[in-house]
Amino acid sequence: MSVILGSIGPLIVKGVPTTILMTLGLLGTGLLLGFPIAFAQVYGYRPLRWFCRAYEQTFRGIPALVLILLFHSGLARSFHILLPAFTSALIALGLRSSAYQSQIFRGAIQAISQGQMMAARSIGMSKFQAIRHIILPQAFRLSIPPWSNEFSSVLKDTSLASAIGVVELAKEGTLIMTRIQYALGAEWILIIWIVVALIYLVLTYAGNRSLAFLEDRVRIPGFEIRGRVER
Amino acid sequence: MTENKQGMTDQVVLRVEDLHKAYGENQVLRGVSLSIRRGETKVVIGPSGTGKSTLLRCINQLTVPDSGRVWLGEIEATSREADINRIRAQIGFVFQSFNLFTHLNALENVRIGPMKVRGMSKEEATKLAMEELDRVGLGDKAEAYPAELSGGQQQRVSIARALAMSPLLILFDEPTSALDPELIGEVLSVMIALAREGMTMLVVSHEMGFARSVADEIIFMEHGVIVEQGPPAQLFSASKEPRTREFLHKITELYGDQG
Repeated sequence: MSVILGSIGPLIVKGVPTTILMTLGLLGTGLLLGFPIAFAQVYGYRPLRWFCRAYEQTFRGIPALVLILLFHSGLARSFHILLPAFTSALIALGLRSSAYQSQIFRGAIQAISQGQMMAARSIGMSKFQAIRHIILPQAFRLSIPPWSNEFSSVLKDTSLASAIGVVELAKEGTLIMTRIQYALGAEWILIIWIVVALIYLVLTYAGNRSLAFLEDRVRIPGFEIRGRVER
Repeated sequence: MTENKQGMTDQVVLRVEDLHKAYGENQVLRGVSLSIRRGETKVVIGPSGTGKSTLLRCINQLTVPDSGRVWLGEIEATSREADINRIRAQIGFVFQSFNLFTHLNALENVRIGPMKVRGMSKEEATKLAMEELDRVGLGDKAEAYPAELSGGQQQRVSIARALAMSPLLILFDEPTSALDPELIGEVLSVMIALAREGMTMLVVSHEMGFARSVADEIIFMEHGVIVEQGPPAQLFSASKEPRTREFLHKITELYGDQG
């Protein structure tokens, strides 16, 4: 029993923080790049729109694992750019998330009525001011529900970083599995993976609850009542 | 028409010269010219698809005309060098569908222009916004969000939003067309009060009661041109054009004569 407890310890102490840190890094990178890409796709001049479209299509069109290997092993072998595994995974999955997030934000921006931009311009706001003060705050609110989807995917996709040796939750599980099956026997493997699965479940649930809380906090009064069907 | 308009100067606030606008094959404006002096109210009427809304949008350049010129006072708005944001800040625009900023409450809707465009402090802008909300009778709704207001209230907030910019003139694009009949009156009375206070207004509307009581001139447009224009009394009783008479007859039948 002490072997089991001694094994679960590292999962919590080492695996979970790495997974959380990577998730935050990926979401942050994706957010920082995704928002400008979305606005450029909607409001940018044509060459910029094309560039963003190509970017977004590329990173949404390649499997996450292939991207990770490309940025880590590929760059290392061909150009002798050997990035730490964590950094490689962060770049590969971060760029990927920015492509997905850009489409979440683009959808949100396009869901805002044209009249909002027109009204903003009619009182003399520049295009930039209108985006900053009128479109962005509304797009942000509309983005939260689909963004919670992206959060859930990104959190779980961090497990792919184990392929290049990042010791996050899934990799930690693999290491413990190897140790435990010699010490206690193969039947304990199932227990370890159930624990790993539960930890992912709890993290995803906690994140989604926080986002639901945020959604509620920034809700526009009266806005959600329209057209509600009561029965 | 009203006493306080007598003292106004003859200063031309808006001059529109030979505006043309086409959407593909569809010639919406085919040479429209008009001018408005300070304190005047002009009402544009005409069948739908005649270019009335396009005319208003071409004036503040929300739609860019193909040719023709627009002058706001001494400044040519259609000039390439013109600072269009500065010009728009001086032209109020009231939309048929209100277009209040949905994420801001009434006070914030009115305040944001003075703060972000005119560079007022928050305190100053708040004070001004409250005055404008009081002016349209909605001081008690300052905290309400657009989705919590009736259509008539939303339109009055949007008028307050335009007023807060201290515009040289206000363009109204069918301000009551999206409203339930019982809400039209509250918006019209705000507009009538504005006209009587000497606000310069160009109004696209078929509210003939409004036109009769405050318009200095009615402009009848059809197929992208101005068919006839003149004081309401003249147009109603002694219109020269048969099409004008026909149309006036039709809308007084539809909308009533009172307002």
